[in-house]
Amino acid sequence: MEPFKTIKSIATPLDKVNVDTDQIVPKQFLKLVQKTGFGQYLFYDWRFTTGGLPKEDFILNNPKYRDSKILLTGENFGCGSSREHAAWALLDYGFVVVIAPSFADIFYNNCFKNGILPIKLDNKKIESLFKTNSEIEVNLENQTIIVPNETISFDIEGHRKKTLLEGLDDISITLQYEDKILQYEKSRIVS
Amino acid sequence: MPKTLFEKIWDLHVVVEQKNGPTLLYVDRHLVHEVTSPQAFDGLRMNKRNVRRPDLTFATMDHNVPTSDRSLPIIDQISAKQIKVLEKNCKDFDIELFDINSPNQGIVHVIGPELGITLPGTTIVCGDSHTSTHGAFGALAFGIGTSDVEHVLATQCIWMEKPKTFEIKIEGKRKNEHAVTAKDIILSIIRHIGTAGGAGTVIEYTGETISDLTMEQRMTICNMSIEGGARAGLVAPDEKTFAYLKGRKYIPKNYDELVDHWSENLKSDPGAHFDKIFTLHVDTISPQVSWGTNPAMTTDVTSIVPFPEEYAKGNQDEEKAAIRALQYMNLKPGTPITDISIDRVFIGSCTNSRLDDLIEASKIVKGKKVSSKVRAMIVPGSQLVKKQAEELGLDKIFKEANFEWRESGCSMCLGMNPDILVAGERCASTSNRNFEGRQGAGGRTHLVSPVMAAAAALAGHFMDVRELDLN
Repeated sequence: MEPFKTIKSIATPLDKVNVDTDQIVPKQFLKLVQKTGFGQYLFYDWRFTTGGLPKEDFILNNPKYRDSKILLTGENFGCGSSREHAAWALLDYGFVVVIAPSFADIFYNNCFKNGILPIKLDNKKIESLFKTNSEIEVNLENQTIIVPNETISFDIEGHRKKTLLEGLDDISITLQYEDKILQYEKSRIVS
Repeated sequence: MPKTLFEKIWDLHVVVEQKNGPTLLYVDRHLVHEVTSPQAFDGLRMNKRNVRRPDLTFATMDHNVPTSDRSLPIIDQISAKQIKVLEKNCKDFDIELFDINSPNQGIVHVIGPELGITLPGTTIVCGDSHTSTHGAFGALAFGIGTSDVEHVLATQCIWMEKPKTFEIKIEGKRKNEHAVTAKDIILSIIRHIGTAGGAGTVIEYTGETISDLTMEQRMTICNMSIEGGARAGLVAPDEKTFAYLKGRKYIPKNYDELVDHWSENLKSDPGAHFDKIFTLHVDTISPQVSWGTNPAMTTDVTSIVPFPEEYAKGNQDEEKAAIRALQYMNLKPGTPITDISIDRVFIGSCTNSRLDDLIEASKIVKGKKVSSKVRAMIVPGSQLVKKQAEELGLDKIFKEANFEWRESGCSMCLGMNPDILVAGERCASTSNRNFEGRQGAGGRTHLVSPVMAAAAALAGHFMDVRELDLN
């Protein structure tokens, strides 16, 4: 995984609550057996007409946000299915930061496994971001979001921050505990 | 200090505990299916890693398998490839696979319990959010993403932040147990707590109603815990749990010994602290019908499609969401639920495709015909459910009423196989998600119980099953 670097970009405002992973990647695109190439399917049914043409009124189709790396959205983002394809699609499309008042648990977890930073911010701070029209800077090291005239700080669990900043692979970390796992396996009561 | 059932299971599975940061938990059972696993096996190969415990790993194909004639080749080439890839992965890594021709094939959350792979007090994970189903047996069971699937394959462990605890007490006696079902109970709960009400928690369902429910009904309730935002839902195991599992194919040899241990230990201690508590009284609840595009957007069958402003109770985001949902669902506020006509009926999914569900639905259908405007299908949850239903003659009852009787799989719950809604079609569905496009782009889903779906199939519109004689 790539180490997470400071991100400077305009934020795409997707003003919806309870955006579920079925919307992030509709199920007809879950049949690929690799992790790449899902960006073209991101928010597919919202982004394209049944004929496959871009829907002009959908925010991602606004040229202003074409190179945006930051997605700004509402409560409970990523609810529903556990499909990691949702994280892969966001990343493949170009989003590396998602800012919302809250996230669904599995999605939140999946973000960190793929180098995406999900930031939980209270509604008031989010509202001010929704009003910002210029570039914002997300600095994970300092845990800050810098908007013109304002610096907003955010919380993140220390170990998650470390994982992202160093681009660590969970499995290598776990394998260092091999002796503990073996020891545990000897004590199991259900075979 | 008194502990909750969840805390007891958690403590029994700790491999590494850290002061700050997640805990490494051991996984007793890992269930694998074709859609969320290919990239995980790929990762293992790339890093030259092996599957640590193939003996604790079980695989089946359920999400994209066709439910039509199994002797025919799979037409969708991409689905066929995903299925081939799972076969190869299981062969290469020595994992037991219940493939498309196996008598044990079925929806992963149906076959786990019916094969005795699911056991009380264990930890169970699967790359599918409805893994919460297995909590009905007093297992700590939750869905994971593909990166974690790879992690569990490689290490048989998972890193996890300790969730908070949420007790949902289900109290009272239902007036008509055949009409007001486990599905109506869980939809009522989600309607009250909201789709994020259980976020960050593990739910334990307690109370007299839960003890009265069968194992299959408890599975329906635990299954939809994720729709209330919780990773997992649990029910303390009891005599019903032990009797259900006894004699199943994969239970351990020392099962009786384990039952003694489980019945002594697997319950929340009196006075154990829960971080959150909610109580549902079932005495007065009605059959439920969802009207919107998330499972909390649900109401009584006797009610009307709500006005967004009233539904949102001052929350502007919710009001906007409700307006958008009604637009998508093509419904007008104030319309009686029973005036909503339907085009399709789907009885199936990991929520409601077990033998009990089919028996209950068949009682409604027996000797009647599906409305000529409606196309209705039954998709048993597993090959075993299908076989047992056929032994009871349920297939004949359904077929004579013009229901399609199909092979087992996830089918139209998520429409990854050919079973999908056409844009604009309206479906009474026993599944768990009514998200936009879930059952097919532009399709409109109403979540209901199996008896409500069966009654709607006959009438061509929703109706209150309490009006029918179900005894």
